[in-house]
Amino acid sequence: MNIQINIESKLIEHFDPAHLEVINESFQHNVPAGAETHFKVVLVTPKFDGKRLINRHRAVNAVLKEELAEQIHALALHTYTDIEWEGLYGGAPSSPACRGGSKRKVS
Amino acid sequence: METIDKIKQQIAENHILLYMKGSPKLPSCGFSAQASQALMSCGEQFAFVDILQNPDIRAELPAYADWPTFPQLWVDGELVGGCDIILEMFQQGELQPLIKETAEKYPQEDA
Repeated sequence: MNIQINIESKLIEHFDPAHLEVINESFQHNVPAGAETHFKVVLVTPKFDGKRLINRHRAVNAVLKEELAEQIHALALHTYTDIEWEGLYGGAPSSPACRGGSKRKVS
Repeated sequence: METIDKIKQQIAENHILLYMKGSPKLPSCGFSAQASQALMSCGEQFAFVDILQNPDIRAELPAYADWPTFPQLWVDGELVGGCDIILEMFQQGELQPLIKETAEKYPQEDA
């Protein structure tokens, strides 16, 4: 899990994402069990506003430069702005607010 | 010829060029397979280089392209992107006009 966690923390630090998924897809490939070589990243951030796809991917590749050079064999990238993401999937539904649970004062 | 000059020449002479693993008919990588499939669907001729057969290009192109992985699609001398970008552009309907316009721009050649 080390490489995956490392990718996640670097992307959070650099892109302040509204939504981030880092998925280890290595099991789909011809590598030993438990390998961390093939990843898929879904990254949603307002920092991609007005940026072409190639520049978004280059920005991610630059942040993960060391990992790409030494550890990661394949990196599938799906990059969206907040607005594009909402347009695609409507965003994930918001979780409901807390109503107090067992600490709720009944008057 | 130096590898870097070979790369520059390939990009200059082939206006629609895919660097991939294997060939469009027999791809050796899922990402290269998807990319070449999308490109073939555009219906124009394109050139490809199998980087598994050309380890020198495989080693040097990423630095020249500022792009770490394969496949890489080059159109009219510029890097368009890798597999995800090619597929997303194809699904958005942006790849087809780009390929068509480029093919029309260089009608005398094999693209």
